[in-house]
Amino acid sequence: MTAPAAQFTLDARRVAPDTRHRGIIQTAMGKYEVVRDQRKLWFQDWQGARNLAARTKFAAVNQLDTHLAEFAKNLEARGTKIHWASNAEQARSIILGILKAKNAKVVVKSKAMTSEEIHLNDAMETAGCEVVESDLGEYIVQLRQEPPYHLVFPAMHLTRGEIQKTFQDKLLDAPTDNPEDLTMVARRVLRQKYIQADVGITGANFAIAETGMISITENEGNARLTAALPKTMITLVGIEKVLPRLADLALFLPMLAVMGTGQALTCYNTLYGGPRQPGEADGPEEYHVVLLDNQRTTLLADAEQRDALGCIRCGACLNVCPIFRNVGGHTYGTVYGGPIGSVITPHLRGLQDWKHLSFASSLCGACTETCPVKIDLHHHLLQNRRNAFAPATGKPSWWQKTAFKLFAPVANSPALWSLTTKLGRFGQIFHGLVKGSALDPAQAWTKTREVAPIAKQSFREWMKERES
Amino acid sequence: MSERENIFTRIREALTVKAHAHHGATLPTTAEHRAVLPAVGATTAEQVALFTKNASDLRANFQPVTDTAALTAALIALRDAEKWRRVAVHPGALAQPQVAALGVPTLVADGTATKEELGQCDAGITECDALVAQTGSVLVTSRSAGGRALSCLPPHHIVIARRAQVVADLPAAFALLAQKYGGNYPSMISFITGPSRTGDIERILVLGAHGPKQLSIFLLD
Ligand code: SF4
Repeated sequence: MTAPAAQFTLDARRVAPDTRHRGIIQTAMGKYEVVRDQRKLWFQDWQGARNLAARTKFAAVNQLDTHLAEFAKNLEARGTKIHWASNAEQARSIILGILKAKNAKVVVKSKAMTSEEIHLNDAMETAGCEVVESDLGEYIVQLRQEPPYHLVFPAMHLTRGEIQKTFQDKLLDAPTDNPEDLTMVARRVLRQKYIQADVGITGANFAIAETGMISITENEGNARLTAALPKTMITLVGIEKVLPRLADLALFLPMLAVMGTGQALTCYNTLYGGPRQPGEADGPEEYHVVLLDNQRTTLLADAEQRDALGCIRCGACLNVCPIFRNVGGHTYGTVYGGPIGSVITPHLRGLQDWKHLSFASSLCGACTETCPVKIDLHHHLLQNRRNAFAPATGKPSWWQKTAFKLFAPVANSPALWSLTTKLGRFGQIFHGLVKGSALDPAQAWTKTREVAPIAKQSFREWMKERES
Repeated sequence: MSERENIFTRIREALTVKAHAHHGATLPTTAEHRAVLPAVGATTAEQVALFTKNASDLRANFQPVTDTAALTAALIALRDAEKWRRVAVHPGALAQPQVAALGVPTLVADGTATKEELGQCDAGITECDALVAQTGSVLVTSRSAGGRALSCLPPHHIVIARRAQVVADLPAAFALLAQKYGGNYPSMISFITGPSRTGDIERILVLGAHGPKQLSIFLLD
């Protein structure tokens, strides 16, 4: 087993039976599901909207070169400096270079999963900067030195009591565990930071080719302040985020809100097309946009799974995923968790090290059914499984080969098949004696799970009886 | 080769293998967007009614006013209720004349005020580009709202809009932006949908996370 797979198994075993963890996630998801479903009904035709979104993303991703060039040209024309980074190291050194040139001491950040991907905070702190995450959830996990738990809700695994404790320990300020009081503590602390910060760093939800703009979706106003107050602004964005036209947002902004948080529209949906322009009251003097590949082109080269680049990071597939809900966001050990993370991480970080994620799935298809841009998530998990054992990339182990050698003749012969199920039915009577113990040949499965009884009568037997 | 060229080379190589367009490959038209998006009535009266309902769901304070005198009176009432000591205003024909009657020190967001000063204001008064009935959003830009910070830094954001600025839906709002600014867009465009909020602690709604705790929208007939 590879190290990430071993860690995954270890963490999953620890988290899955943790009923307290499960309770927290269930409560949070329960609230989300209610509002999400109401909002879907608010659309005249939600399924139709998903089709349009999928079509738009297909056009965007399959002509990525054209749209990306147009995006860069339009943004540059209005005074933005564009940087290109093939990998994480290049992206870090570009950003560190800007911080150095600006002699930056305090950096304020709004939520950016891309920055997790390139381990930006560590690099900036090592370079001597104070880095402050400004999204409340991100700020909480930053204080706790944890990675975000979820794409949209970074601190959803924590109770108010735990957050109060964190604030008491790290900020020496948290009079009560009331969510409103706690939010106001963070508001007070961060206000100062926005004003002090030399540089503001943001992520992006969309990059509009037609007009050369970055679109940022948020609820708190932290990204708006990050983009308004510091003298220098940097946006780190994956190259796959382009949308062809400004008007495409009329569809994508509400869809992202509905699936992300169950809102009609998130509180602030803001477009940035450059630094402060002549005649404007404020805004950064310099605007830098860093376009990040970091193996996105590897995923692009896989025509079968290319649609995964259309992901708008709404988190909806995580929310419906029985695996995510049981093992939790941290167990994945990846920047992008849940079904979409299991699909793309093998492309971004290597199939052999991350193939186990594609096996940690019941293939129920809930993710595919919910995805607003209709990414064929559960089939991609299957394709990853197939690719992991394709002759060119890997080979099955001796026991897998033996198992299938034994299985094939049984499955091919009706007589053997019926005999095996009869034996199984008989064997199951005694299984109870050893179930879950070391003597149980199926221990790996039965230790933590019930086994469904084999039906008393097979379908063929039932048919025969009916016909006679 | 520059990194830009490297990336473009990889993209073009990757795209030589064609993907199957399961759901189609053409960009949808505005009519197609409208056919799936939430429905909005055709008349201004219906749209204002929808905006009113959305604003109240969002916990924004929406108040139609008959004329500028009524607007001034409403602002003075807010000043007294919240004990404003200092306000900031967008230098526009609709907003700026309103502050004289308030009788409190005023900052004009024309590029001369510092962020520290702006941060001490109790309210930021702006105009807007449109009100979107479909979502209850206020569309502002760095040109209609005194730059980027005025509509976000003070704890109370006050918007003064005209009835003619109400648009039906998001496609209409984007069409308006293209028509009004096409070719020379402001550097910031924002759809503000209710006061700032967060649900990051146990998914419990708290207003006023980092942006304004209150959003008041006055609609002039
Ligand atoms: S894969 Fe689909 S459902 Fe999952 S985060 Fe991306 S867009 Fe949302």
